[in-house]
Amino acid sequence: MSERRCSPEDDCSSLLSRLGSDSPRPRMKYGGMFCSVEGAFENKTLNFESFSPQTQRRRAARTRSDSHDGGDAVRGSGPGGDRLIVKGGKIVNDDQSFYADVYIEDGTIKQMGENLIIPSGVRTVDAYGQLVIPGGIDANTNLQAPQKGLNPTDDFYQGTRAAVSGGTTTIMDHVLVEPGMSLLSAFDQWRDTAEQRACCDFSLHLDITRWHDGLYEELETLVKDKGVNSFLFFMAYKDKYQSSDSQLYEAFWVLRDLGAIAQVHAENGDIIDEEQKKLLCLGITGPEGHVLSHPEEVETEAVYRAVTIAKQANCPLYVTKVMSKSAADVIAKARKKGMVVYGEPITAGLATDGSHYWSKDWATAAAFVMSPPLNPDPSTPQYLTALLACGDLQVTSSAQASFSTAQKAVGKDDFTLIPEGTNGIEERMSVVWDRAVCTGKMDENEFVAVTSTNAAKLFNMYPRKGRIAVGSDADIVVWNPKETRTVSAKTHNLTVEVNILEGLEFRGVASVVISGGRVVLEDGKLNVTEGSGRFIPRKAFPDAVYKRIRARSKMAEARGVPRGNYDGPVHDVISMTKSVPPTPTSRGPPCPKTLTGSRNLHQSGFTLAGSQVDDHIPRRSTQRIVAPPGGRSNITSLS
Amino acid sequence: MTASARTREAGLSVTRLDVKQATGSSLHRFQVGESLRLPVESAMSDCRRQWNREDELPVYLAGPISTGPNQRKSFGMFSSVEGAFESKTIDFDNYAVGRKGSRTPRSGSRERLLDTGEPVGKTPSEGREGSPSHPPGERDDGRPGVETRCSAGKEILTTQGLNSERLLIKGGRVVNDDQSLYADVYIEDGLIKYLQSMIIPLSFPHPYVIEANGRMVIPGGIDVDTCFMKPFLGTQPVDDFLQGTKAALAGGTTMIIDHVSPQPGDSLLEAFERWQEAADKKACCDYSLHVDIPQWNESVKDELELLVQEKGINSFQVYMAYKDLYQMSDSELYEAFSFLKQLGAVVLVHAENGDLIAQEQRKILGMGITGPEGHPLSRPEELEAEAVFRAITLGNRVNCPIYITKVMSKSAADTITQARRKGCLVFGEAITASLATDGSHYWSKNWAKAAAYVTSPPLSPDPTTPDHLHTLLACGDLQVVGSAHCTYSTSQKAIGKDDFTLIPEGTNGVEERMGFVWDKAVAMGKMDENQFVAVTSTNAAKIFNLYPRKGRIAVGSDADIVIWDPDSVKTISAKLQQSAGEYNIFEGLECRGGPALVLSQGQVVYEEGKLQVQQGTGRFIPRKHFPDLAYQRVKFRNQVKGKQGVIRGMYDGPVYDVVPTPKYITPSPSAKTSPTSHQPPPIRNLHQSNFSLSGAQIDDNMPRRSGHRIVAPPGGRSNITSLG
Repeated sequence: MSERRCSPEDDCSSLLSRLGSDSPRPRMKYGGMFCSVEGAFENKTLNFESFSPQTQRRRAARTRSDSHDGGDAVRGSGPGGDRLIVKGGKIVNDDQSFYADVYIEDGTIKQMGENLIIPSGVRTVDAYGQLVIPGGIDANTNLQAPQKGLNPTDDFYQGTRAAVSGGTTTIMDHVLVEPGMSLLSAFDQWRDTAEQRACCDFSLHLDITRWHDGLYEELETLVKDKGVNSFLFFMAYKDKYQSSDSQLYEAFWVLRDLGAIAQVHAENGDIIDEEQKKLLCLGITGPEGHVLSHPEEVETEAVYRAVTIAKQANCPLYVTKVMSKSAADVIAKARKKGMVVYGEPITAGLATDGSHYWSKDWATAAAFVMSPPLNPDPSTPQYLTALLACGDLQVTSSAQASFSTAQKAVGKDDFTLIPEGTNGIEERMSVVWDRAVCTGKMDENEFVAVTSTNAAKLFNMYPRKGRIAVGSDADIVVWNPKETRTVSAKTHNLTVEVNILEGLEFRGVASVVISGGRVVLEDGKLNVTEGSGRFIPRKAFPDAVYKRIRARSKMAEARGVPRGNYDGPVHDVISMTKSVPPTPTSRGPPCPKTLTGSRNLHQSGFTLAGSQVDDHIPRRSTQRIVAPPGGRSNITSLS
Repeated sequence: MTASARTREAGLSVTRLDVKQATGSSLHRFQVGESLRLPVESAMSDCRRQWNREDELPVYLAGPISTGPNQRKSFGMFSSVEGAFESKTIDFDNYAVGRKGSRTPRSGSRERLLDTGEPVGKTPSEGREGSPSHPPGERDDGRPGVETRCSAGKEILTTQGLNSERLLIKGGRVVNDDQSLYADVYIEDGLIKYLQSMIIPLSFPHPYVIEANGRMVIPGGIDVDTCFMKPFLGTQPVDDFLQGTKAALAGGTTMIIDHVSPQPGDSLLEAFERWQEAADKKACCDYSLHVDIPQWNESVKDELELLVQEKGINSFQVYMAYKDLYQMSDSELYEAFSFLKQLGAVVLVHAENGDLIAQEQRKILGMGITGPEGHPLSRPEELEAEAVFRAITLGNRVNCPIYITKVMSKSAADTITQARRKGCLVFGEAITASLATDGSHYWSKNWAKAAAYVTSPPLSPDPTTPDHLHTLLACGDLQVVGSAHCTYSTSQKAIGKDDFTLIPEGTNGVEERMGFVWDKAVAMGKMDENQFVAVTSTNAAKIFNLYPRKGRIAVGSDADIVIWDPDSVKTISAKLQQSAGEYNIFEGLECRGGPALVLSQGQVVYEEGKLQVQQGTGRFIPRKHFPDLAYQRVKFRNQVKGKQGVIRGMYDGPVYDVVPTPKYITPSPSAKTSPTSHQPPPIRNLHQSNFSLSGAQIDDNMPRRSGHRIVAPPGGRSNITSLG
């Protein structure tokens, strides 16, 4: 009865066994064919020429001109470009695979099946022996979000171009609203830029860096009129973007009422801040300080807290960038307890690990800097892949945010200033295919689910995106599982000069990509048009997420106990001369609001009898409450 | 062993003569059993030095025997390596009774004791603890002083009188946390002097012999969590130090550690002195104090240092709940943990997420729920588990031992279990209320009853919680049982009759603590008697550095002893309890097991349902910092966990020009509205860093923490005096 009950999932992370691992050991290599030769990166990756800003510009200009040619080519293909048939492939959706041809017209899938009756002169895409899958959805990119005043080197054009070349046809970018900025204006600015630049469809998340009640109207507008249903909050970046628990709770509560999804960047900013100070004091200023100051536990703790807050607010939670085993475990456990929480591992976390932070080459080490950092534990990628395969994690994204080495070098003397972000938008699908499907961890249907369908369902783009079905958008990828590709900064489609996956080889390549009914990638050639991407608005209350929430809102209603009035003696509270806060639980408003004074305990006008007209209006600022026993929930929009 | 036995024989024969010489004294019933004491009696205090030296030898030799040849094999974290006690933990000085006091720092109560007519010629340090350890002759002189102290209405045990200083507990089974053995316990001057089977033949009459008849003789319980003076809106708990310690003694608890709860802005030192003064006047059993840190700022640091170094406090409580009052933000907690670790203190954490509680309370009041059921509704289990998880994370980052007070829910307990399995230094304390009852009573139709259960974190409404917590206690995942005794009368609770957030928080439990652990864990077969002793007494003594003075029946330990009757059955009722509260949350529950007799400082204070205590007899027990149990591992981890940077060449490539963006000096959104506001850090000037990576410094791997002095403790007995 009293023996320790061990649950196996905990055993793998023993702190004791890792006590010494905080110090830099030589990079650990794990075996297998993809292990690169030691030191291979260091001199290969860095193209020193590209450090000079001029070269960079030249290169950017060159790519732009390329694309113009490509764009002309597509447009030149005339009406035929709008009519396509994908023949002979095996259609793979998240639920089943079958052989069928797909006929596309006007950017949507019009017919599916064998022996389709189609007009003549239709361009045929040959998919024999290959898989036809819904185009990938990358649920987390930062193609325009500035960090510390620096803009990412890959903007919407380069970013989406790379996305398309990797088989991703929809991106969801994060609109970073600087504290004090209006949400709507930031959104409009992002949308304008993206519509001019993006080469594939896009949608937008909003990152809210400072929560206050005044945001409610803007949020409502965004959700109801602008088609944004997901908002990110930061638990890290102390004194900059960080939200307190109270703010998160209030925000989650509002989001739940609006039918949106709460996303969190889950790291404990307070601890990170202290650790950073400590490390800088110790004289550690290189990129290894980044991973040392962002230990795994700090991520885990924040995930746990976010899950708790979301549970309390009964709000769906989406944890971006799950980078460590223990954080993933927390999500898996929370899901087992029935909480509506989703986790998103990213390309970098699935493909590589954090041992590179100790690289002797500063530029390489700095290229890996992102938050939460890549985990130094080399078994993390396999573990995350396993959880992805069993459904405990649901979505893969790239968290693409690339900064050039010169930009990263802003923090050459202080790791806290290194702009955070890695590439991954292009390699995402291949990484999942290679690491999960080729190793037998998941099947092709699950592959489609984690790269595309789940994201579409969560963010309410399904079945328009994320499925090959009649009526869906013609975002289709012909996937060649046999081909392999070696990642290199020289050949990738981004402008950033370091690729963190340099030299890794991945099986599974997109051979043909159709975005919006147009062939944008064929025979290794990209034909994208700048500005062809459309904004995809997303409705509130996505079914996949909110069906449960709605039911729970009705169930989880607390009720008071109807009692007679207590008529016994009441101890006199001596009003103390000192200014002691009125109650140990005096609820200070987290946002600038009116402070309620100390209550006079003898003047309570409370009565249990009778319901009031305004019962359903949630009151956030006042404390005097009059409400009925068995009153209705104040969630009017959910019922 | 044989040698020691022979020595003792010699001692006996010699002193027998002395007895005869001394028969003229009032100690006519005194016989051989007291042999070693006699030289002191006949020769007066001028011989004391000599006596000490003579006395030391046999008592010391008795030590190894007392621990027995068949030492139980260690299990779990708390049992130390075989033989470790004898050589390491027990200070040999302890065995010399007269000098015992010299190892404990003085405290405020000394003056009071000295006023009661202590003979001159004692050093001040002896005076404090010397009073129970006087030779009886001197004690007689001091008696009037003691009586005046008790004139506050407490009756004196009639059988006590002169003989109370010397006791023999015969024929009991001595149960320590590591083993049980049949042995007689001979007590003199409040200390255990002999512990051996049948050292004195039955034929010798003894001044005061307690026949244990094979019942268990266990170390008196230590209740590490009581609040006898915690103010709430200006009202004090109805159980003060007198009532509370009386209740404790009636339940077999002979030592309490009370929480000093200063209000934000108060001086910790003053609060500590206020508490100590009150306790010195009123407490009937030994006590020690935790100090709660209501808010974190620079001035607190000096006071903490003083408390640790000079006042004998080694445990401080921080709050993660009570938003806008006591709550600390994560940054503050991090700083507080770092600082307390340097001082070698144990950090007690009240773990609940105060931000969310505040929000939930507002929501629930908004729904019109104002009764006590709002209390558990606004403090769901998850919030406790979350805070426990966060506290452990912080503790782990700082590498500081964490003690979670009041583990009330399964999920919080499981969090601790998992963290311990990963090697985190965390201790968990279950309390009487959570071990014996559950939170379903919050929904009682009787307001007074429902309100009586209000405590934080609340009792979990899940009725399987007590069982689960007992299981974890039994297997060592939770270590300590406290009571969180903090009783308010119903009229005081009624302050919150229209708003549950105003109900003063606290339940009773100090009296029932040991009984329920026996009833629900030992009697159910979950734990054995040794583990029972461990969780009710020994573990607490170890964690808070009271061991082996408290928490063990060993030669040289304090004579805080309980004869435990496992068969007694008692029905808990507010009418029968010692506590002054008019409501007992365990009302009507039946409890097997209870103390038959309780000795505190060598005096019988409770026997067969009768309590005979003297107000103010309780002594303040100072505690050294760096308790071995908590800090040994910390020390080694500190060495292992050193971090080093990578030595690289200078990065000499191009650096992007950063336009300083002034807009991110915004007021911090993360300030959790805590009393001490955080200033946003100034922008670093990126171009003025004069740091160079080239060339490592000699002291690169020494952590520099500005301004934390580590003062070596006076006569530092602890093995670890600093973490450097």
